[in-house]
Amino acid sequence: MKFEDLNEIKKKNISFQKKLKNQKNNFILSIKDDCKTKLENITEYIACDGYFALAKALLTMNRQQVVDEIIKSDLRGRGGAGFPTGKKWELCKNQESEKKYVICNCDEGDPGAFMDRTIAEDYPHAILEAMAIAGYAIGADEGIIYVRAEYPRAVERLNQAIVDASKLGLIGNNIFETKFCFNVSLKLGAGAFVCGEETALIKSCEGQRGEPKLKPPYPAERGYKDKPTLINNIETLANIPKIILNGSDWFCSLGEENSKGTKVFALSGKVKNAGLYELPIGATIKQLVYECGGGVLNDKQLKAVQMGGPSGGCIPTKFCDTKIDYESLKQLGAMMGSGGVIVMDEDTCMVDISKFFLEFSVDESCGKCTPCRIGNKRLHEIIQKICEGLGTLSDLNELENLANYIKDNSLCGLGQASPNPVLSTLKYFKEEYLEHILEKRCRAGVCKKLTKYNIMHDKCVACSLCFKICPVDAIYLDDDGKYTIDQNKCIRCGKCKASCRFGAIERK
Amino acid sequence: MKIEIDNKTYDFNQNETILDVCRKNNIEIPTLCFLKEICHEANCRICMVEVNGRLIPSCSTLAQQDMKVITKNAKVFNSRKKTLEMLVSNHHKDCVNCQKYGYCTLNKLFMQYNVTESKEFYKKNSTQIDDSSPCITRNNNKCILCNRCQKICTQTQSVSALTKQERGFETFMGCAYNNGLRDSTCVGCGQCTLVCPTGALVEKDETKLLTQMLSEKENILIAQVAPSVRVSLAEAFGENIGTFDEGRMVSALKKLGFKYVFDINLGADFTVVEESNELLENIKNNKKGPLFSSCCPAWFKFLQNFYPDYVNNLSSCKSPTEMLGAIIKNYYAQSQNIDVNKIKVVGIMPCTAKKGEKERGEDVDLSLTTRELARLIKQKNIDYLNLPHEKFDSPLSTYSGAGLIFGTTGGVTEAVLRRTIKLLNPQSNQIEFLDVRQGKGRKEVDVCLGETKLKLCVVSGLKNARELMEDIKSGKKEYDFVEVMACPGGCVNGGGQINVDYDKIDIEEVKFKRANSLYEQDKKLKVRNSSDNEIVQQIYRDFFIPSPNKCDILHYHK
Repeated sequence: MKFEDLNEIKKKNISFQKKLKNQKNNFILSIKDDCKTKLENITEYIACDGYFALAKALLTMNRQQVVDEIIKSDLRGRGGAGFPTGKKWELCKNQESEKKYVICNCDEGDPGAFMDRTIAEDYPHAILEAMAIAGYAIGADEGIIYVRAEYPRAVERLNQAIVDASKLGLIGNNIFETKFCFNVSLKLGAGAFVCGEETALIKSCEGQRGEPKLKPPYPAERGYKDKPTLINNIETLANIPKIILNGSDWFCSLGEENSKGTKVFALSGKVKNAGLYELPIGATIKQLVYECGGGVLNDKQLKAVQMGGPSGGCIPTKFCDTKIDYESLKQLGAMMGSGGVIVMDEDTCMVDISKFFLEFSVDESCGKCTPCRIGNKRLHEIIQKICEGLGTLSDLNELENLANYIKDNSLCGLGQASPNPVLSTLKYFKEEYLEHILEKRCRAGVCKKLTKYNIMHDKCVACSLCFKICPVDAIYLDDDGKYTIDQNKCIRCGKCKASCRFGAIERK
Repeated sequence: MKIEIDNKTYDFNQNETILDVCRKNNIEIPTLCFLKEICHEANCRICMVEVNGRLIPSCSTLAQQDMKVITKNAKVFNSRKKTLEMLVSNHHKDCVNCQKYGYCTLNKLFMQYNVTESKEFYKKNSTQIDDSSPCITRNNNKCILCNRCQKICTQTQSVSALTKQERGFETFMGCAYNNGLRDSTCVGCGQCTLVCPTGALVEKDETKLLTQMLSEKENILIAQVAPSVRVSLAEAFGENIGTFDEGRMVSALKKLGFKYVFDINLGADFTVVEESNELLENIKNNKKGPLFSSCCPAWFKFLQNFYPDYVNNLSSCKSPTEMLGAIIKNYYAQSQNIDVNKIKVVGIMPCTAKKGEKERGEDVDLSLTTRELARLIKQKNIDYLNLPHEKFDSPLSTYSGAGLIFGTTGGVTEAVLRRTIKLLNPQSNQIEFLDVRQGKGRKEVDVCLGETKLKLCVVSGLKNARELMEDIKSGKKEYDFVEVMACPGGCVNGGGQINVDYDKIDIEEVKFKRANSLYEQDKKLKVRNSSDNEIVQQIYRDFFIPSPNKCDILHYHK
C-alpha cells in the first residue's frame, strides 16, 4: 500500500472520526468510563489516524530518530517494573545481529487485572502498528504477540487484525513501498503466571518449560532463539503510535516529573464502580478510589488498597494522598505492577489478605529456585497457622525473616516480589497479626477459627429468625427457652448476625 | 583485570564467573546445582555472595573489573543456611539408609551449616520410589530439583528421559506422562547418578542379592572385574582419583566371600578377536554400512530406542563381561568339572546399564557397580587400605594391554587396530594409536590396512552418538567401524563409578586421570595385543577351534 491509499481510506471514513471528535479524547487510549472508543475495525482505526504513525516513522524518520523520540518521551514500561522503554529500544537497536525479534507481552495474570485484555480486544491494530514501529526502530522483521489462551476474544481479534492489516499491506513485506518488512504471529500462553516474566515468556515461546533465567544477559542481548529481542508490555506498546504521531512533547505534557503519560488501572474489590480507568500518572489513590470508583461499597470505611497484584503491597488509608507513580509506590512497599487496584474495607482481615496473595504465589511459582518454591510454601504455612489461632510470636519473627530471605534470594522478579503482600501488611498492620497471635482474635471476623458468634440473651426477643436462617442448624432452644448457638456446629458464616433486627448477636 | 574478593585482590580473565575466580584461588563456595559446562542455572541459590549489598549467585555472575565480592559474612551465611533449611524442610532425611551416604553434597552442607530438621508443621512432598528400571532407582523424596540430572540427560546424553513437571511446590523431576523410568527413553547409562548431589538418583541396589547368594553355601561365587573398576574403587577409601589398584581389590573381593576372582580384561581380549574377525569379514565381503561396537549396553538401548533400523549394524559379539561369563560357564566349568548350576558369576562393573544387560543374556548372574562394591566393603568393615595385594585367580586373568584399555573411550578401537594391523601387515609394530584416545567426544580416524582404507569413528557421550547417527542416516558420513561408549569418556567415567566431589575437580579431569592410569599400566605390559595373550590362544586351541560351533557362545543370536 502507498501512503496515498491510507489517506484515501481515512477520507472515506472521516464521518467516524467526527463522531469520535465529539467525545473527550484527551488520553492515550481514551479508556474512560464515559468515553469508550473501540477500534478493532481496521477502517475505523485508520479513520482515527491509525497507521499514520507507522507511515510517519517509515517515510519521514530514520531509525535513530524513532528511538530518540521514545527516549525523549520518557515512556516507562507499563508491565510493572517501569524500565525506561527508550533505553530498552536503544540497547536492542545497538545489538549487531541479522535477526531480531519484537515480542508483545500480553500475558496478564494478576488477580483483579484486566487492562491488557481490554487493550488487546479493543485496540489490536494499535499493537500491530506499535510493533511495526518498534521493529523498524530496532531492525527486526518479525514480531510475536504472546497472549493468554484464556482470552479467546482477544486472540480472535488479534488474529483478525493481523489478517486485515496484512491484506492492506500494513504489515508484511515492503510496507509503504519501503524496504521494511515486518510479520507478526500469535503465540498462545497456557496460563502460567510466571510466563509474564520476560525471560520465562521467551522460553515459553520457544516451546520450553516457562521458567525465568538469570539476567544478564538481557533479552535485548540474547532473547528469543538467542537473538536480540525487544519485549514490551502491551500497554507500553499501545502508547507508541500516539507518541510518534503527536510527538514526545505532547506525551510529556501528561503525567508527573519522573513518570510521563497515563496509566490504565483496573479497579476492583469493595468499590462502588469497579472497572478500568485511565489516569495521568501522578493522580492520587484517593482520586482513583473516590472520584473514579465512587467510593467504598456500602459507604464503609476504606482500610487499604492493594496495588500491584501478588507482587504488590497493601497501602493503608493514611497514605491515601500518595501520588500513584513508580517511585512513590515503591517507597511504600507496593508497586505499580500492571495496574490492578483492589479496594479493601474494614471487613477485610489483613492477615487473611496476605494469605490469599501468598496462596497465589505458591500456586504460580515455577518451582525453579529454592527460595520461591519452598520458601513461599513455608510462609503460607506459617500464616495459615496464625489464622488458625495457633501462631506464636516466634512464628511472627520467622515470618519476617523468611519473607526477607525470599526477597533477597529469589531468581526472578516474581519470586523477589512474592513476599511483598506479607511484608507490607507486617509493616502497616502488625497489630492485626499480634491480635491473631496474642488475643486469638480476628477483628474483621474473617478467620473462622478465631471468630465466635454469641446470642446476647438480654437483647434477644426470641423472634426465631436466626434459628430459621442458620444453614447448619447450629442454633437451638436451650433448657431455659433461650436461643443459643452450638459452637461445635457453627460454621461462622455470620448470617445470623446479619439477619438479627435487634442487634442481639455479637461477634467476638 | 582485577576483582576484590573478601578484601583481597585477584586477577581474572574475561568470561570468568565469580565462582571460577574463587575456585581458582581456593576460596570456598558451596554449590549444589552448578556443574561446570553443564549446569549453571543458578536455581539452588546456595552459592550466593554479596556484591554491593545485594546477594547474587556466584556460579553464573560474570566477574567484573573492580567488583567487590564478599563470600563470608553473616548475611551470606544466613542466606545459605536458610536455603538449606528450606531444602531440608522438603527432604526425606533418611541418611543412614541412603545409598549416597558419605558422598552426599547436601548432607555435607547440612553438617557444615548446622542444619538439622525443620519445623514439624512444614509439610513434605511424598512420592513413591520409582524402582521400575533395572538400572536406576529414583527417589523424588530426596530430590532438591537442582536440575543437574535433567541437564546431563538432555544436553550431554540427548536422551531426555527426565524433565521437570508440575509447578511451584509440587514441581518434581519425572519422566514423560509420569511413567516409571522403565517406560521412558532412559537407556540406563547412569550419568544422572554421578551428578545427583543427593540420594534422589542412585543405582538399583543389588548388594542384598549378593549377600543372599553368598549365604547359600552350595553356590560357587565367581567375581569378574571390569577394566575401569580398578582405577576408581580406591577413591572410595580416600586414595587419589585414578589410583590403579588391582591387588587390594582382589583381596577385598576374596574377603567378601568370592571363591574366584577373574578379570574381564580377558573377556575383552576375546571381544577384540571376535570383533576384529567380524570387521575383517565385513571388509572381505564388501558389506555396506558401519559395524557398531556392542560392548556398551546403554548404547545398545539407545539404538533400540531411537534408531531401531540400525540395531542390525551392531556387532554380534557379546560384551566382554558376557563373553567371560560364557567362557566360565562353558570352558571353565567343563575343564574344572564343576556343576554349571552351582556357578554364580558376579560382574563388578563401572556401569548401571549392565544391570539391564541381564535381560539380553544369561551368562552373568548379577552385575554390581563399583559404588556397590565399595559400599559392601565398608559394610563388612574391611580395612581396605591395609589389605594385602593379591593376584587374580588363574587361568582366566591373564590379559593384554588391549583388553585393559577397553575401560576408556577409544580403547575398543585401539585394541581392534592393534590386532588387525598386525594380521594384515605382520611387519607393523604400531601399538599406540593416540588419535583415538581421550579428548573430543567424537574422533574420526582413517587407517590404511594394506590395500584397504578403513574409516573409523570413536564416539563417547550419547549426544555425540546422536549427531553421528544423524550424519549416517542422512548419508553425510560413511564409516566402516564405529565405537560408541554411552558415557562421556567411556567406562572410566561410567555411571556406576565412585562419586566424585565436583566442587573440587572437574569431570574432564576425572576422565583424564582415570584413563591415563589405564594407559600407564598398558605401557608397562609386555603383551599388548589380544592375539598374543597366551590364555586366549590356549582357549581357542583347546576349546573353540576343535569345535567351531562353540564360538556361538561368544555371540548374540544373529
